[in-house]
Amino acid sequence: MAQEKKIEEILPEKTLKTRVPQTEVAREIKPAPPRFRNEIGKYIVHRSNECIRCGKCAEVCPYGVHVYKSGYKYFASPKNHLCIGTACEKTDHYCVALCPTGALKVADNPMTEGLGDYRWTADMIIATWKMARTGDVPPEEYGLQYQCGDSGGGFDQLRFKFPDKPPIELDEDQINTSIELNRRNDGRPKIKIDVPWYGGGMSFGSVSNVTQLSKASAAVAWNTFTCTGEGGYMERMRPFDDHVITQVATGLFGVREETIQRVPIIEFKYAQGAKPGLGGHLLGDKNTVSVARMREAVLGISLFSPFPFHSVYSIEDHMKHIDWIKHINKRALIATKVSTPTDVDMVAVGSYAAGTHIVHIDGGYGGTGAAPNIAKKNIAMPVEYAIDKVHGFLVAEGVRDEITLIASGGIRTAHDIAKAIALGADGVVVGTSELVALGCVRCTRCESGRGCPRGIATTDAVLAKKMYIEWGTQRLINLYNAWHKELIGILRKFGMSSIGQLRGRTDLLMHLDYSNDVEAKR
Amino acid sequence: MPEKYHIKTKPIPPRRPRVGKYGVVDWREDCARCHNCVKKACVYDRYRNENDYIRNLTDVDALYFDCMGCFSCVQDCTKGLLCLSINPVYEGMGNSYWTPDIIKTTWLQAETAKIPVSGAGYGGPFTGTGFDAMWTDMSEIVRPTRDGIHGREYISTSVDIGRKPSFLVFEEEKPTGVFPPLLSLPMPLIIDMIPSQYSLPDLGPVIRETAARTNLIAIVNPNDWNFQDSDQQQYLQHVAFYLDSDTSEPPKEVLRKTRLVEIADDSKVLDRIKKLKSIHPDTVVSIRIELNAHGPRRAIELGGLEEIEVIHIVADLNGNEIGTKKPRFVKDMIREIHTALIEKGIRDDITLIAGGGIALPEHMAKTIICGADLVTIDLPLLIALECHLCDKCEPGMSCPAKLENIDPDYGAGRMTNLIAAWHDQLIEVMGAMGMREARRLRGDVGRAMFFEDLEEETFGRLFGTRKKD
Repeated sequence: MAQEKKIEEILPEKTLKTRVPQTEVAREIKPAPPRFRNEIGKYIVHRSNECIRCGKCAEVCPYGVHVYKSGYKYFASPKNHLCIGTACEKTDHYCVALCPTGALKVADNPMTEGLGDYRWTADMIIATWKMARTGDVPPEEYGLQYQCGDSGGGFDQLRFKFPDKPPIELDEDQINTSIELNRRNDGRPKIKIDVPWYGGGMSFGSVSNVTQLSKASAAVAWNTFTCTGEGGYMERMRPFDDHVITQVATGLFGVREETIQRVPIIEFKYAQGAKPGLGGHLLGDKNTVSVARMREAVLGISLFSPFPFHSVYSIEDHMKHIDWIKHINKRALIATKVSTPTDVDMVAVGSYAAGTHIVHIDGGYGGTGAAPNIAKKNIAMPVEYAIDKVHGFLVAEGVRDEITLIASGGIRTAHDIAKAIALGADGVVVGTSELVALGCVRCTRCESGRGCPRGIATTDAVLAKKMYIEWGTQRLINLYNAWHKELIGILRKFGMSSIGQLRGRTDLLMHLDYSNDVEAKR
Repeated sequence: MPEKYHIKTKPIPPRRPRVGKYGVVDWREDCARCHNCVKKACVYDRYRNENDYIRNLTDVDALYFDCMGCFSCVQDCTKGLLCLSINPVYEGMGNSYWTPDIIKTTWLQAETAKIPVSGAGYGGPFTGTGFDAMWTDMSEIVRPTRDGIHGREYISTSVDIGRKPSFLVFEEEKPTGVFPPLLSLPMPLIIDMIPSQYSLPDLGPVIRETAARTNLIAIVNPNDWNFQDSDQQQYLQHVAFYLDSDTSEPPKEVLRKTRLVEIADDSKVLDRIKKLKSIHPDTVVSIRIELNAHGPRRAIELGGLEEIEVIHIVADLNGNEIGTKKPRFVKDMIREIHTALIEKGIRDDITLIAGGGIALPEHMAKTIICGADLVTIDLPLLIALECHLCDKCEPGMSCPAKLENIDPDYGAGRMTNLIAAWHDQLIEVMGAMGMREARRLRGDVGRAMFFEDLEEETFGRLFGTRKKD
């Protein structure tokens, strides 16, 4: 972490004494194969009984769809997710055509109809899995339309206007994607993260400790942050302290002076995009023994964080809270997470005035472990509008360069990240996409019972064992790498040497539903 | 502090097998008979439940579809024999407005009386038409505390129906003059008549029992009412008779026990109001106006008359203008009427009730924001009884919800549960908006954001003119 002072000079003596050695995680890209036997692909390969096991298909397929292990009588099930489908027809290695007995068929996978939704299409989920597996952008031949969803508005209708040729030719290593989180020049550390995103707050309770620790490890590898959410601070997170944001939310679950002193960033969570104005929800089934202990709550009861902070009814009250945290932790940066009401611009400026370093706006279509359905769709505006609104207001007030604007709530891909930055954000917070990388199918069943059947957003001891930290870490490191590559690709096309140059460049965007001749309109 | 409005509820399971969105197709052939079969590992135990269902099946008229769509078994099966698919019965329910998702969430609320909660973010379209083209606002800092949790104050959903004097005259510190009748309902909702195309068995007893349990009012047809039945008299406080032009008034002694009467709009409405008031001066009379091409103009015109106290505007079942080629949506027509009445300076003299297309609790909140004082609902209550809205209510056709055999306690319980869940959700959105009273929410468009406005302010400014849809 790029800091002006050594950590020993900043940390209070008391904290230094309790500090544990910090983990190092290599930013190494390695294959992280899916943890389920039958990974879902866009296409499905069917092998009939006509197969004579000649091995021709396995021999010609460069993608490794057909596996014929020596010593086995039959082929293993085809690896559907590796198949490029009918795009292969034009090549000289199309197994269906080359099979001497015509035993193979390739078709669109009908199961993709049941996978995903308007915002997270099946293609986007499959592509995210692929990125998490390989660490690279899915090759074009797979035909995955993953850069945009199918929601028909916002990011999904925005496109970049790439020039035919970059104005300046840049190498990959000449392009800088890091962003600064403290722009206030207030003597607090100038924290820089290597990528313009960090991990969203997911509490222990809403997700398993394996998920939390995987996120934290990946944050270390990419020199960015993860956030504890408001469910307390696991002891096992301590080796990751330097890359952890801890949340002070309205329920104050697990918030202690000691946990506040451990971390470089403290986030005040006023509201969450998926349930603006409604506080937090952890339904009783997920409040297991370990969760209850961490939150100092009674086992099995539903935990609702109230809304709002009952000690905050003005910006001055907010400032009082910030001063309290700043006093307890002299090196901490303060992030303020708010939702996107009509007056989100005023809230952002007010928060700046109160002394926050990072304003984090969480749009109405953000993720959640549990939220009333009525809130998810209906309350507060999508973040696409809010970014432009807040950025514009901060510029007009002359304080834009003294605050870091972070957006979240529906950021799914590297293209969304770039679009959010072009609309005016400095960086973004991601959450759902990390979970998708870990194998989430967005079945929306995170909230009750034993929690996530896929073992990601669960506190059930058996289900949580479906995943290992090493695997989860690698999947996230890989996903981040693919996004990083994609971002660099975008910047390169524009001839930009840093992500900061993209900020607020709405002139580089176009909207599919508009005439895109704003000059003429004026 | 007045007494809190509370609806007593209890879970009422469905009578019919649930129609879920997903099903798993099991090819069986080539099964390896693993000892650790993925079916045993289903987190929701759906395979075992399905087996039990089939084992106890006496009448093959509905399949079992209760898969949650997590893909775990599909992805873990040793031989890859399981496939997930969308249930065609689910997809076939309702129509483009009353979508399968609306029907499913209504069933859930009628069963549990709880606010539907789920994980993951919103997965639907960015925006839509009608009510989907607006968002309610939220207040980041200042708002009332949430009812029942840290309650220093609570959120009132009460509304008044009837004419309110715009000023009071005091004599010797006491208000003088004649006060028009005014009735209060604990939430801004009235139960409307179930549309005639759903030719059902008589749901009258179920509906009036629901109105009584929820302390609301149901609009009923006097032709369906047995005036001799003394048991029915106890419900008169909770019903409003609808009198169309040809229907004569109910007996005087019956009418005098009701609080609200609704009459059809025709050329003689003023005479009819006079007649009804002469029978029962304390009744409030509502005029039902169909929202056809002339509907909004007629509502505005009637609103200006001194004799008119309540106007009930009704769009078609999907919230559209009736009988026009390019229908406007009910929310836009409400805004037009509401704004016109404000411009005339008479908005507070009139109670505006709106119905048609109110399918979800957020529609109730949004309708009120657009300018209605309260809403009427019909089809959601029918769906609460597990109706599929298959639109085939014809003699001889088999009803998938078996509506011909409704136990009144089941029916009223399910409808009551649904209304209780809607009430709780109204409180949720009002709480988020920082609104403490449903009365104050009326017409407060500042507490909402409209798609067209946000688009123009943001993308219109950045990208020029929006192409026509």
